[in-house]
Amino acid sequence: MVADPPLLLMRGIVKQFPGVRALDGVDLEVRRGEVHCLLGQNGAGKSTLIKILAGAHQPDEGVITLDGEEVRLVTPTAAIKLGVSTIYQELDLVDGLSVAENIFLGHEPGRLGFIRQSDANRATRDLMTRLGHPEIRPTTEVGRLSPAAKQVVSMARALSHDTRLIIMDEPSAALAHDEVANLFRIVRELTAQGVAVVYISHRLEEIREIGDRVTVLKDGRTVAVGLPAKETPTSEVVSLMTGRTVEYVFPPRRTEPATGPEVLRVEGLTVPGVVADVSFVVRAGEIVGLAGLVGSGRSEIIEAVYGARRSSGKIVLEGRPVRRGTADTVRRGMGLAPEERKAQALLLDQSVAHNITLAGLGRYARFGWIDRRREAAEARTLIETLDIRPGDPDRPVKTLSGGNQQKAVLARWLVDDRKLLLLDEPTRGVDVGARAELYAVIRKLADQGIGVLLVSSEVPEVLGLADRVLVVREGRIIHQSAADDLDEHQVLDMIMEGSAL
Amino acid sequence: MTEARGPKAHERSPAGAEPVDPARPADQTPAEASGTPSAGGHPQAETPDAPPADEHLRVESQARKPAASQGPLARFGQARHLGLVAALVLLAIVGLITQPDSFATASNLVNILSLASTIGVITVGMTFVIIGGGIDLSVGALMALASVWATTLATQSYGPFVMILCALLVGAGAGLVNGFLISYGRMVPFIATLAMLVAARGLAQRMSDRKTQLIQQGNELIVELSTTRVLGLPVLVYIFALVVAVGWVLLNRTTFGRRTYAVGGNPEAARLAGIDVRRHTLLLYALSGLCCGIAAVLIMARTTTGSSTHGDLYELDAIAAVIIGGTLLTGGRGTIIGSILGLLIFTVITNLFILNGLNTSDQLIAKGLIIVVAVLLQRRSLESRT
Ligand SMILES: Nc1ncnc2c1ncn2[C@@H]1O[C@H](COP(=O)(O)OP(=O)(O)OP(=O)(O)O)[C@@H](O)[C@H]1O
Ligand SMILES: [Mg+2]
Repeated sequence: MVADPPLLLMRGIVKQFPGVRALDGVDLEVRRGEVHCLLGQNGAGKSTLIKILAGAHQPDEGVITLDGEEVRLVTPTAAIKLGVSTIYQELDLVDGLSVAENIFLGHEPGRLGFIRQSDANRATRDLMTRLGHPEIRPTTEVGRLSPAAKQVVSMARALSHDTRLIIMDEPSAALAHDEVANLFRIVRELTAQGVAVVYISHRLEEIREIGDRVTVLKDGRTVAVGLPAKETPTSEVVSLMTGRTVEYVFPPRRTEPATGPEVLRVEGLTVPGVVADVSFVVRAGEIVGLAGLVGSGRSEIIEAVYGARRSSGKIVLEGRPVRRGTADTVRRGMGLAPEERKAQALLLDQSVAHNITLAGLGRYARFGWIDRRREAAEARTLIETLDIRPGDPDRPVKTLSGGNQQKAVLARWLVDDRKLLLLDEPTRGVDVGARAELYAVIRKLADQGIGVLLVSSEVPEVLGLADRVLVVREGRIIHQSAADDLDEHQVLDMIMEGSAL
Repeated sequence: MTEARGPKAHERSPAGAEPVDPARPADQTPAEASGTPSAGGHPQAETPDAPPADEHLRVESQARKPAASQGPLARFGQARHLGLVAALVLLAIVGLITQPDSFATASNLVNILSLASTIGVITVGMTFVIIGGGIDLSVGALMALASVWATTLATQSYGPFVMILCALLVGAGAGLVNGFLISYGRMVPFIATLAMLVAARGLAQRMSDRKTQLIQQGNELIVELSTTRVLGLPVLVYIFALVVAVGWVLLNRTTFGRRTYAVGGNPEAARLAGIDVRRHTLLLYALSGLCCGIAAVLIMARTTTGSSTHGDLYELDAIAAVIIGGTLLTGGRGTIIGSILGLLIFTVITNLFILNGLNTSDQLIAKGLIIVVAVLLQRRSLESRT
């Protein structure tokens, strides 16, 4: 059927990092106009493979052929010139620059070094309209955008080049349901024009919906090539990825409504412009889910509760009002796993262990003196519980794969001396197998009497993990009920249209 | 009381089904794993391509190997420190060759260490500030101010202990002012400490009327810090060593040190981890000020004077030493040992130039080159590591 050579052929790619053989002879074949999905557990080597394709890493061995011609992708610029553009897993935008400046960074329209800003702005507006986000203005500073909007900007940047191959590394991780639909529309447009897309995601239902063929990586090796994305059973894909069967189960939850003491009471919480007059309660042992679109005010609510954001209204933790400031709330037993791991949570240069123990340092210290034995022991336990890989506590956290970094962020707070955990998109970038483990850990903490407030863009996750669901829309809570009384469609209807039950 | 459920019926597994068990023996093949009775009853088609489940162990054991050989000692002497030590050895060899009679003498080595002590103490404080993401330009001026304040006739009338206390308090107090301006006044560190540099020098000139203030009779105890020798070394060298040791412990063994790295490396992450970033920043500058106070005592001991001209351009030497020592100017990474080695390199160069009777201008050029080379080398070693 394929007479002409495939668009992209990678053969025997090997990449060795100090201490880890990230890729150990990987093959990849991508045809024109297809959506080729790359699957694999956290740390399997997906991002490393696409960074090689993007010219950001150099392979130690292996051959790359584009359109039948062998190529060397020595720099990102070289890759872009050859028509390969990339949306990286970790956002790589410059916060201080405007949207338009970010999109055209490195290939500014203009002459003799003078930038023709009006052209750049016009092109940006066109791109944003095409991406379904005309409200993102070319002159807005990127640092002020939400993570989802930033994702759209990186997408616009990839589209601003003339490409024949677009690589997307977990583009949907930061996106909510409707945004993903938007993304898929773009992907279909691209493939209709003959552009090929390499798509990475841990959400298998997305693969089924958008993908044509699937390549599976495991521990740096290709374990399956060219599987049909629509027909291959999920169980088979999962067992290829993990080497075992994984049931996508949520842990058992309480069958009776929680009657324990109130851990958190919020009354009339208002964050000017984002959250209006929100009130709710979280009880000990209860997991409360906040469902809503990105930008609906979910994250702002929990940041305000945490004292990380100016707000008015009453926030009461265990019967005593909370003063503003995270130092106070953390001392009193709150913990927040924020939305953007790189910008808001991780010390990239520091070791995994130091990242994990950062917030709880006081627990291992006496008069400021750190008991390093206990610290190391606790870090090791958490690394094992969450199966962070590689399991070396002294490895700099920046050398971990995205999903493993996310686990390190969660590990920081998954200790039992907390009273209230605020989890913002806790499973972003975490693979199917590891998710089940995370859910179990969270539920176990709740069973020990911790209150949990959970934000997730994945409605099934909120419905599956939470005991009670609050539906947030445009900064207000428009509905609350037990998770058992809701199904996915009802929740989606409410968060999109605001139609109450 | 509880039941197992999933969001959709077909994803549901029977109650009591174990979710994923990370502790499952790794030597099971996928086929065996799927054959366990509790795994939800999907008979799994064997996939010939799939490697055995112990694959990840292979990758991990590879990952562990080099890490295991990296004990604390190996880490202590990491490549960049070895480079600094090598540079120091090289300079010593140059000294031995060019000045065989005077370089390796006890008096010259004592001289080098005494010189290094004053700036060394300041460098320790500077290392903290820079790792914490800031910079302190006012150190030289603060030292001068502290030395002048401690040697005014009024202060001297209370005796040497009050003089020392006065120097420490003036240093720490001015450091606190820096800290307040930066953390609560939200001023850029560069600007706040630049203002302090100018103002502190001015105040020192005013208090001393631009005159050099001698340490009076009866207060010789301070001078004795440089004249009394223990095991051949003046007491002030021991004070320097003590400050370095305390600084090292504070940075590497306490919550304060750990939080300093966090505040400098990613202030937003530090804040969201419950660290009071502002208070911490305040303390960092106070610490730097305190070090200036200690340095003032040392310089009073060495010169027997307090003067508004003490410590001119010390801030540049201290910052250069910290940078040569491998601390990132953007914060979040660095070591005390590196800074001290950087400082020793600088001091030995100065010494070599003086011994060889060379021009001080050439000395400055040499120092400039060294900063550039050191930073370039560090960049290379950083890149090769990632
Ligand atoms: N710069 C680096 N230095 C050292 N090791 C690295 C580096 N980058 C990645 N690795 C290692 O290479 C392996 C593959 O990582 P990679 O980021 O490709 O995984 P991934 O498949 O994208 O995972 P995820 O789904 O979590 O994003 C991991 O073990 C990771 O720790
Ligand atoms: Mg990745």
